[in-house]
Amino acid sequence: MAVATDPNPAFTDFAHPERLVSSDWLAEHLGEPGLVVVESDEDVLLYETGHIEGAVKIDWHTDLNDPVLRDYLDGAGFAELLSRKGISRDDTVVIYGDKNNWWAAYALWVFTLFGHEDVRLLDGGRAKWEAEGRAYTTEVPSPAATEYPVVERDDAAVRAFKEDVLSHLGNPLIDVRSPEEYVGDRTTAPAYPEEGTLRAGHIPSAQNVPWAKAVAEDGSFKSKPELDVIYREGAGLKDGDNVIAYCRIGERSSHTWFVLTHLLGFEGVRNYDGSWTEWGSAVRVPIVKGSEPGAVPAH
Amino acid sequence: MSAALPAKLAEIRDDFLALSQQDRLQLLLEFSQELPELPPRFADHPDLLERVEECQSPVFIFVEIDDDSVVHLHATAPREAPTTRGFASILVQGLAGLTVDEVLAVPSDYPLTLGLTEAVSPLRIRGMSGLLGRAQRQVRERAA
Repeated sequence: MAVATDPNPAFTDFAHPERLVSSDWLAEHLGEPGLVVVESDEDVLLYETGHIEGAVKIDWHTDLNDPVLRDYLDGAGFAELLSRKGISRDDTVVIYGDKNNWWAAYALWVFTLFGHEDVRLLDGGRAKWEAEGRAYTTEVPSPAATEYPVVERDDAAVRAFKEDVLSHLGNPLIDVRSPEEYVGDRTTAPAYPEEGTLRAGHIPSAQNVPWAKAVAEDGSFKSKPELDVIYREGAGLKDGDNVIAYCRIGERSSHTWFVLTHLLGFEGVRNYDGSWTEWGSAVRVPIVKGSEPGAVPAH
Repeated sequence: MSAALPAKLAEIRDDFLALSQQDRLQLLLEFSQELPELPPRFADHPDLLERVEECQSPVFIFVEIDDDSVVHLHATAPREAPTTRGFASILVQGLAGLTVDEVLAVPSDYPLTLGLTEAVSPLRIRGMSGLLGRAQRQVRERAA
């Protein structure tokens, strides 16, 4: 049973305001039947130190990834996970987390692969919730298991693979990594561990828009006019564009995927989750170094 | 050359391995809460601390060696990074009282033996390997 959307006027400019809830809204609706709150963090222990009352934890490494293949869990695995977390197919799921909702947006994108209809982000994530002095608990809920149906993952709509990116060249690409990674000075985000990419640089013609540019100081999303300046004026995106976003392993770019899809209303945006760890090690794919996007290579 | 693992490190490892996956996370959380505050002399001199780049969260370490060749590892990491604090705390406790030679003899794969790769993920464990490696390098440099 879906829960009413947040009528917050700050969201009404966005293409899909129903995808965001404010901390006020969440505080008011906590415990309402049909609402499940999910915390998804970079730090695997952060939830254990304290979380929003009733929230369940879903971890990107240990829950959402397949332990063997470099892939996400399959339909049966997702059904098992969500059943265990007490989530029903028609529940409203609100996800929040650390680092400007970086991993929360990633979890939301994975929920989208399985077509979970009503999944939203808590605007501002943990940082804003904490800054407002709101409560946490260390009590871990034990929700009654549900029977989440086995739904096969549909990668076509929002996920791009390397071959898709190659045939996409000539259409807009957004590289959401740090400028140092884009230019090719390094292969990982500053202060992040090396993940073994062989070459540095970016995919030809990609515009560099670091993901966190979409975030205001308090951790919430910037306004629609501000986002338009960044993505339309800055990166040159136009209505009707077919966009692919990428980063290093596909997590920062799911945050940008959320912004382009749900806040700005671009249709058919895909996240290339193989991202630089695949592209930078793949044989004979085109790479550009330096701060210029570079030309689209001839096919 | 397989020198016996120092007793405290072995004890910590055995404590982790005796637990279920979920309880291992809880134990790591307890370690994170036990990470001592930096001595005041470091609080005034953040430049003395070395950032551990292998960790996703800002963590800084500093190694001192006293007149008896005993190593003292100091570490600091933010409250919002409990996993990193837990890793640092394991090393601070596990290396306490060890000599230069004993610290350098700790096998570099010690973090992988704690049984945390499933609960925490291999990528995250790399941060702890980075911490140990940098601590050992500082010991080597300061002992030279």
